[in-house]
Amino acid sequence: MRQLEHVRETFSRGEVWSFMQPRPSSLELDVTHGTILYLEDVSVSFDGFKAINNLNLYIDAGELRCIIGPNGAGKTTMMDIITGKTRPDSGSVYFGQLINLLKLSEAEISQAGIGRKFQKPTVFEHHTVFENLELAMDGDKRVWPTLFAKLTGEQIDQIEEALEIIGLSEHLGKSAGSLSHGQKQWLEIGMLLMQNPHLLLIDEPVAGMTHQEMDRTAELLTSLAGKHSVVVVEHDMDFVRSIARKVTVLHQGSVLAEGSMDEVQNDQRVVEVYLGE
Amino acid sequence: MTTFLRRTGMQIPWLKLLARHHVIWCLVVSALLPLNSYAADDPAANNRLEPALKLLKTGSFKEKLHAIELLAASGDPLALNYLKPLLQARLYYRKDNGDIVIAEREGSQYQLTAPVDGTALGRVKKRSIKKITINNAMRRLLREKIAGLSLTNPDPKIREAAVNEMITSRANGLARTLKGLVDQEEDASVKALMQTGIALGVLDTGTDEEKIAAISQLSHSLNPAVRNRLEQLSADAGTSKIGKAARKALVTIEGRVAFYNHIETLFFGLSLGSVLVLAAIGLAITFGVMGVINMAHGELIMLGAYTTYLIQQMMPAYIGWSLLVAVPAAFLVSGAVGIVIERGIIRFLYGRPLETLLATFGVSLILQQIVRTVISPQNVPVLNPSWMSGSLQVNSVLSLTYNRLYIIVFSLAVFIALFLVLKKTRLGLGVRAVSQNRAMARAMGVRSGRVDAMTFGLGSGIAGVAGVALSQLTNVGPNLGQSYIIDSFMVVVFGGVGSLLGTLVAGLSLGVANKILEPSVGAVLAKILVLVFIILFIQKRPRGLFPQKGRAVEN
Amino acid sequence: MILIDILKKDRGGQIFLAVLLVTTVTVACLNLAVPESSVWHVSTYTVTLLGKYLTYALLAVAVDLVWGYLGILSLGHSAFFALGGYAMGMYLMRQIGDRGVYGNANLPDFMVFLNWHELPWFWYGFDMFWFAALMVVLVPGILAFIFGWLAFRSQVTGVYLSIITQALTYALMLAFFRNEMGFGGNNGLTDFKDILGFDLQADSTRIGLFVASAIALALGYLACRYIVNSRLGRVAVAIRDAEDRTRFIGYRVDHVKLWIFTFSAVLAGVAGALYVPQVGIINPGEFSPLNSIELVVWVAVGGRATLYGAVLGAIAVNYGKTYFTAALPDLWLFALGALFILVTVLLPRGIVGLLRRREATQ
Repeated sequence: MRQLEHVRETFSRGEVWSFMQPRPSSLELDVTHGTILYLEDVSVSFDGFKAINNLNLYIDAGELRCIIGPNGAGKTTMMDIITGKTRPDSGSVYFGQLINLLKLSEAEISQAGIGRKFQKPTVFEHHTVFENLELAMDGDKRVWPTLFAKLTGEQIDQIEEALEIIGLSEHLGKSAGSLSHGQKQWLEIGMLLMQNPHLLLIDEPVAGMTHQEMDRTAELLTSLAGKHSVVVVEHDMDFVRSIARKVTVLHQGSVLAEGSMDEVQNDQRVVEVYLGE
Repeated sequence: MTTFLRRTGMQIPWLKLLARHHVIWCLVVSALLPLNSYAADDPAANNRLEPALKLLKTGSFKEKLHAIELLAASGDPLALNYLKPLLQARLYYRKDNGDIVIAEREGSQYQLTAPVDGTALGRVKKRSIKKITINNAMRRLLREKIAGLSLTNPDPKIREAAVNEMITSRANGLARTLKGLVDQEEDASVKALMQTGIALGVLDTGTDEEKIAAISQLSHSLNPAVRNRLEQLSADAGTSKIGKAARKALVTIEGRVAFYNHIETLFFGLSLGSVLVLAAIGLAITFGVMGVINMAHGELIMLGAYTTYLIQQMMPAYIGWSLLVAVPAAFLVSGAVGIVIERGIIRFLYGRPLETLLATFGVSLILQQIVRTVISPQNVPVLNPSWMSGSLQVNSVLSLTYNRLYIIVFSLAVFIALFLVLKKTRLGLGVRAVSQNRAMARAMGVRSGRVDAMTFGLGSGIAGVAGVALSQLTNVGPNLGQSYIIDSFMVVVFGGVGSLLGTLVAGLSLGVANKILEPSVGAVLAKILVLVFIILFIQKRPRGLFPQKGRAVEN
Repeated sequence: MILIDILKKDRGGQIFLAVLLVTTVTVACLNLAVPESSVWHVSTYTVTLLGKYLTYALLAVAVDLVWGYLGILSLGHSAFFALGGYAMGMYLMRQIGDRGVYGNANLPDFMVFLNWHELPWFWYGFDMFWFAALMVVLVPGILAFIFGWLAFRSQVTGVYLSIITQALTYALMLAFFRNEMGFGGNNGLTDFKDILGFDLQADSTRIGLFVASAIALALGYLACRYIVNSRLGRVAVAIRDAEDRTRFIGYRVDHVKLWIFTFSAVLAGVAGALYVPQVGIINPGEFSPLNSIELVVWVAVGGRATLYGAVLGAIAVNYGKTYFTAALPDLWLFALGALFILVTVLLPRGIVGLLRRREATQ
């Protein structure tokens, strides 16, 4: 049975045989069909608990997508799967047409162009703000080039630009550990910008931010969309409403509803499980 | 005795009665007195032997042979007291009064003892005694008669030894002698041995058909003498029917011997594994549940072993009971030291496991050095109670020593007790709560500091208990702990950190693996191979045999 | 030019290298040029002792590179040290030639004693210095590479890594204790006569080894400092502080760990190779658990993630050890044990941290 499945998988229309695929090191992103991320029939369970259950999700290139859902809906686990931290029990995850994310390591996924901001801001506390951005910067991240890497003037400009955007220009020499919670959030967004990814996964970006900062984040995220694809997981409904064009509701590990904020809000099932609370 | 009677054609029913009588006597008396001494109080017995003893003192070998026959025919177990020393050429008679004595050379003089009850009769010069000399004919007869007398001895152990002796020496008339006795034999194992002896005897004397029947009967026996005889037979008889049958029987026997050898290896492995489990299980708590790397764990084991030593010093008259006292005492001593370590040092290092490794290693050095200075830098003798020695003889190839058996039982008992403590008690609930989510447990009113101290005390106490067990198996010295610490960590990591069951399975399987490898590569190399295996295994499955899963584990 | 670049922001390193230079030159002069009768004469015994401390310091720098900057508490570095030492010891054994007790030119004494008739294959080539020198680097390097490749790829981290490196060291110790291994068993390798044709007992050779150790330490320090200052060094610290995060911004954490770990193991091997001719013996005791953990404490005492702190710690603790074991032998283990506890509980940043704090308050 399993063999049969294997054969079927090998000869399915969508399958590109491994010897015909470009070497993963080139990792060229192909978005000719307008979709940047495919999650199909993905399931994963921890000790019998199905965290993700037959999830199907498609993200278009250049889209800004918000994902909402009650606690335990599988939002963070979904991000773990996309970034390679957790391997699903079944299903397929493709980045563009060609890149099978399930076959790549976390570092390779990152190099392919997927950046992630964690729920709890994790910056490198013993490094300065500047160094944090330098480390995140897009470029050759193999061991030897890193050992002999020198910052070019262009790269320094790039970092300063990012510092400008995240409003930490004055703190560039400060160690990241001494920043406030909100500043760390910004620094992490800045690191994401430095990676220059095709797809940004952002987990609860505005937690711990003031209203002003929230507005600025919203502005930043909407400005990023178009050039990049952005997936935002957020609890704060006002924030979601302020940026969302399309919203996906997750519930018990699968998609419950999808559509504009208004559509979703009027969906009876969504009201029951989430908004109605 | 019966053989002799049969041979001389005499049928005396009272002899049988006498034999029975002895059994009863024995039951009553042997509990109070050494076996030999009752006969000395029975003048009639001595009287029966008297004429034969007189004959011994004459110079003629012929008369001495007769004397031996008479002694044997008396059917008195006391006769053995003369026959055995005679065979060993230790039997003399005094020139002054003609008493027969056993003499042992001591310097220039001879120490005399009475054959009847072994009382010392003082020392004399060589001149005043004369040896009762023997020749080869007498030796042969003596062996046969001693065996014969032993065969009717009331003690089944002596009867068994006698049959074994006859089988290994391939005594004349083996089958005939034993056939006369086998029906009356009451002890099952002696009876089986006798039947083996009969079959062996038939191999010497019987017809071909009888021999083949005997061989097929022998193929069920594990007696080494049987194997030797069959090997000889298969070589001598060549390709004849008998040779073939012998080879077939040998294959059967060797198969069974191999099977029991495997069982024995498994048993050794399980007992070694039990030691590992005992040593590691306390660590499974402090490391698995609390995330503390306690490098002083080995020294807590050592303290348990030293507690056993000190308890034995305090109650030298009751060594048999000392272990029962030592188990709780060691638990308390090591547990208390553990609590002191936790409150004094580890408390400040939670969340920094690498630092706990260094600090507790410092503790281990100090504990070792304390033992060296306070007690002794040398190993100390810890006694084994008598109930720990000896072995359970399953058959002639498989015997299980009691100390290993007890270790297996003991470690299982400790495991179950610990399991119950963690599952059923309030402390266990607190331990599990704190280990899963410290902050939440504290918010729910669990006093996490107290729980930490108690958990660490529990783990350390169990190390102490392991020390009591180890004191019975290895040398007790200041370095005792060091030799177990790495093994213990390996067991915990291999089993899966945080899983008690994993520790049990890992410990037992590593023990068995070690013992399986040992015969072919030697003990040290076996240990190295097992270590390398674990190192490679951890690369494949970093969370061990029984991993904990889920999102909580990741962080 | 490069030197200035490396030491630009490293004031501790500047001081350390200056002190090392001055000490080395002074000690060498005071030993060779000042007559023995003079108060200023430094005995050859002291020179050798200092040389030994310098090799320990190099070992400590190697440990600090992986522990301080990469967060790997390796308990396998005493093994790399010992393997480098054994490679050098094998060369020195072959140099004895027919001057051994049994006078056998083809076999070392212990092999004659064990009734061996042929040199085992893994001893081939060790009569040549260049080959031995290559092995000093390759054996620890390759072992570290294979071990690291397996361990880091499957993301074995933290205490698990410490425990399995400890197991590795322990397994090697058991192996080297075996006579059948062909490394002299329990007694190890000793009774060396000369190195590169120079008599090992001669004062000038001792001074030469001492100076070589000082140069190796200085070069090792500079190499480590270069790595630490590079972006790779910053990646290493990033891995130490937030391994997952580093992976998610696109660094191959396993590769970074593997190369730094291997480099560090090579440094340890070189330290071992310089250690052996100065102390005149190498035996399986070098693999013991106590050694492997003790050298971590040198680093902890000096101060983690500073490199010069490791040097300071190694020399301070070993001076203490020399002093205690001569004056109060029973107290040494108490002192060492207490040191372990005090440093981890009260002084997590070591002596360097203490000095820095004082500097900051002034």
